Amino acid sequence: MLSIIRTLWDVFLHAFRKRVTIQYPEQKAYLSARYRGRIILSRDPEGGERCVACYLCAVACPVDCIALQATEDSTGRRYPEFFRINFSRCIFCGYCEEACPTYAIQLTPDIEMGEYSRQNMVYEKEHLLISGPGKYPDYNFWRVAGVKIGGKDKGQAEREAPPTDLRSLLP
Amino acid sequence: MATVYIDDKPYTADPAQNMLFTSLTLGFNLPYFCWHPAMGSVGACRQCAVKQFRDENDTRGKLVMACMTPAADGTRIAIHDPDATKFRAGVIEGLMTNHPHDCPVCDEGGECHLQDMTVMTGHDYRRYPYDKRTFRNQYLGPFVNQEMNRCIQCYRCVRFYREYAGGRDFNSFALRDLVFFGRHKDGVLENEFSGNLVEVCPTGVFTDATLKHHYTRKWDLQFAPSICTHCGLGCNTSPGERYGMLRRIVNRYNGEVNGYFLCDRGRYGYECVNSPQRIRQPLLRREGVAQPVSRAEALRAARELLAGKQNVIGIGSPRASLEANFALRTLVGPDHFFAGMADDEHRLLTKMIQVLRSTPARTPSLREIEQCDAVLVLGEDPTNFAPRLALALRQSVRQQPFAATDKMRIPRWLDHAVREAVQDDKGPLFIASTHATRLDDIAARTFRAAPTDIARLGFAVARALDTSAPATSMSGEAVALAAQIAQALKTAHRPLIIAGGGLNSESVIEAAANVARALDTVGKEARLSFTVPECNSMGLALMGAAPLSAAFAAVKDADAVIVLENDLGRHMPQPALREFFERAFHVIALDCLTNATTERAELVLPAGTFAESDGTLVSSEGRAQRFFQVFVPSGDIQESWRWLCDLGALRENSEMADWKELDDVIIALSNAIPALAGIVNAAPFSGLRLAGEKVPREPHRYSGRTAMHANINVSEPKPPDDPDSPLSFSMEGFPDQPPSALIPFFWTPGWNSIQSTNFYQKEIAGPLRGGDPGARLIESGASDGSGYFIRVPQAFAPREGEWLVVPAYHIFGSDEQSLHSAAIAEVAPKPYIAMNPEDAVLLALRPESLAEVKVDGSSYRVQVRVRPDMPKGIAALLVGVPPVVGVHLPAWGTLQPAQLPVEGGPERAA
Ligand code: SF4
Ligand code: SF4
Ligand code: SF4
Ligand code: SF4
Ligand code: FES
Repeated sequence: MLSIIRTLWDVFLHAFRKRVTIQYPEQKAYLSARYRGRIILSRDPEGGERCVACYLCAVACPVDCIALQATEDSTGRRYPEFFRINFSRCIFCGYCEEACPTYAIQLTPDIEMGEYSRQNMVYEKEHLLISGPGKYPDYNFWRVAGVKIGGKDKGQAEREAPPTDLRSLLP
Repeated sequence: MATVYIDDKPYTADPAQNMLFTSLTLGFNLPYFCWHPAMGSVGACRQCAVKQFRDENDTRGKLVMACMTPAADGTRIAIHDPDATKFRAGVIEGLMTNHPHDCPVCDEGGECHLQDMTVMTGHDYRRYPYDKRTFRNQYLGPFVNQEMNRCIQCYRCVRFYREYAGGRDFNSFALRDLVFFGRHKDGVLENEFSGNLVEVCPTGVFTDATLKHHYTRKWDLQFAPSICTHCGLGCNTSPGERYGMLRRIVNRYNGEVNGYFLCDRGRYGYECVNSPQRIRQPLLRREGVAQPVSRAEALRAARELLAGKQNVIGIGSPRASLEANFALRTLVGPDHFFAGMADDEHRLLTKMIQVLRSTPARTPSLREIEQCDAVLVLGEDPTNFAPRLALALRQSVRQQPFAATDKMRIPRWLDHAVREAVQDDKGPLFIASTHATRLDDIAARTFRAAPTDIARLGFAVARALDTSAPATSMSGEAVALAAQIAQALKTAHRPLIIAGGGLNSESVIEAAANVARALDTVGKEARLSFTVPECNSMGLALMGAAPLSAAFAAVKDADAVIVLENDLGRHMPQPALREFFERAFHVIALDCLTNATTERAELVLPAGTFAESDGTLVSSEGRAQRFFQVFVPSGDIQESWRWLCDLGALRENSEMADWKELDDVIIALSNAIPALAGIVNAAPFSGLRLAGEKVPREPHRYSGRTAMHANINVSEPKPPDDPDSPLSFSMEGFPDQPPSALIPFFWTPGWNSIQSTNFYQKEIAGPLRGGDPGARLIESGASDGSGYFIRVPQAFAPREGEWLVVPAYHIFGSDEQSLHSAAIAEVAPKPYIAMNPEDAVLLALRPESLAEVKVDGSSYRVQVRVRPDMPKGIAALLVGVPPVVGVHLPAWGTLQPAQLPVEGGPERAA
């Protein structure tokens, strides 16, 4: 009996506490930048597509919901011909982002992805690719990697010596 | 056997081996780079360091390279010693100071030995703050891509290319940490085995250039154990597929057959599967126009053609599986089934089988050929006709010099020391051929002559060995050569005679048989190897059906003709082909690629390629080997034998009504044809389950399962069933090593690269666990001392105004299907005729000009090649490259300058 009264009293006191419930969807929740929501593909600081189609995100994904096909432009720069995420399977674990060597794939604090039709949960590259670098403003994989692409010759990546002269006999 | 101690535990080891070999055989994870199981040790990379101790009381020990340390009795090493571990990590760290940090865009990634070794030694962060050396890449042709910045200077590539494969246009350049591996300048790699660089190079310097066009990681490919279909040797391959497209082929180790290496035709011929020339839908020809029709319509048309018809004949194919050929035979009845080979080809194969069965000489596997120490090649050009054989022969000439190095007590695995000691010394290899071959550089003597003279040389060798063999009269020079060859074969331990289908001469086969028999008579165990033109020539010949001429005769009265995976135009000359189609009104063709036959057939059914069907092929060794379906094709494509079962149902064939899966066909076949009974042992039946599960075709990391087809339908399709094999189209299944005939790809924890093969073998470079796959069907005859062939052919006599046109082949081009591969087509030569300079002068033919060749009822306009290696009176015509197909050579023909210049290269004259 006493405990019932005490409980009622406690409930009554709660009416005067600070409110934490928010009026979603009229009012949006604050989600930190590192929240694991809708996945995007970002661009490097020069505006180029960051994804180099290495398939690491796809293989890291525990539910296998990423599929892509690599291709190359005429200068040897690799990029995905198509890039597909089936969000109806995604568990938002973030392994893809962790696996990505170029910071291309990033999870964002957007969680509003509800659809009436499951088929609409399949996102292609055009739905994934954003116009900026996302959470990592500086990194550009191609500046570091020693392969030649358009606008960057051999020996022009970070910490690279000029190409070896094979005819030189100097020790 | 020796006892060695690794990490203080005793193990038995082969004292003729080194400690790296021993450690890997025992399953230790010991990193290495420069050692290669087929090429031995050079101690160049310092990656396999271990600590060696004098005895159990030695606590200090010293660092040694495991690959340079003999596994002598009592050897004591520690792999997990802290100093050794630190040293190995240091070596990797040193190598990685120059690494271009580009794994994500490297085609080797995910199957890279450098990645595996880096992970194994624990290196993860570049501490070296200075610049990396860089290189410019070279263009090396359509097969191999180069990215030199990734090189770790292990020298494997150059050792393979120059020392193992005999290539000359590849080397190491520059010095110290700037050593460069490539050609002296950009250009297509000349060696026919260049594609092996992709697997030999432990890093991503050399990668598959064709894979790059549709790049997929190893972990994303669906594999199956397969057999190369581009020549008669039956190398084992592992093709990989993704999104319904065949993406590449890599070697599948078979200790008895191809070992670690494939030829470039076998590696890059796969793109025929993706060709736009593929027949993907049934075609029905009405009033001369072929219309794509549905499967139901096609079967309706077939019913009209076949139902109730008595006289339906079937023409089989030397490139179709035994099962498909047998299904056709069952459908039409053995009397109406024909082999689909020209008469001369058929006669030759029948003779080969007869010889192999009656002569006391073993038909050796490629591995045994490598170990032969004296070789006589009669009339063949192995590099262009049976390519992998040429690579085996390059190893065989090393056998005799081994005797000297063995005496110096240099272990055979100590590769550099052996080569230094041997220098240019080579064992005896004699090549008698109509023109120069790519093996002449290692031949002790070459003999260039007409086919009959080559046969006569063979007869003379037999006579020189055994005086009861038939005699020939020859020039003094040839007699001396025959005596030299006889002497070399007699003194060898494992003499080998090679002849075959290339030269198309029965007397050469007989001559080879006589040499083998004569060797047996003088008490030498001989080996006799015949090359055959196509991947199942031997199998079809063992089925014992009549050749094409018989089919021709039967066609006139036939109600319908069913042609199985056979372009008749490649087996008969144009005029005969025309006549055939005039006589045969109703032709049903089953094939995978458009060709002269499918273009005239009334009904064409889309057949699966090797990658889309299962079956058994018999190699020139007589080894029956099973290939398994890699992927399920789209549309109406299905295995030929299934189409034939469908046709069987239309004809109410009771026998075929019971055939539900491949095993049913195999069992019926082995019961019906005793010569092929052994094929049941080629691979396990489809009912095999390992721990209750099938063998997965996909690696367990196969990605994208729930997204690959999500654009079509977000609900994933169920993986297709495979009733025909113990393999599944899935990443799920038995997680461990399957039986050797069922290995779709090689992978071991920590070893993602092809180097994981080490862990599938009983001992490194030896047989796979459970024995190498395949079932030998032909064993040699008893040495009964009888049966020399006595028909010695007449010596060659040049004719006035006529030339003996002999066939020449090219590895790239002469094979029907691989020519549909873009990369192969790029390097294939245009049809040519080669002749002696004096003959060219006589004919007023200039080099590179066009000649008109009239031979075997056809005439061809081909380019002239003037070559001093050609004997006088003989001209070599490149065959197999359209339009020079279906011509029967050797034959006498006329040559003259082509009258009209033709546009767009050589073409068949009207
Ligand atoms: S978040 Fe996890 S489940 Fe979703 S795509 Fe990335 S790896 Fe896959
Ligand atoms: S891991 Fe990153 S770079 Fe690689 S394919 Fe995925 S998104 Fe592209
Ligand atoms: S190219 Fe490859 S095989 Fe050759 S030395 Fe470099 S890493 Fe070794
Ligand atoms: S040698 Fe023949 S079977 Fe072997 S890979 Fe080459 S073409 Fe294929
Ligand atoms: S593998 Fe032993 S030194 Fe290279």
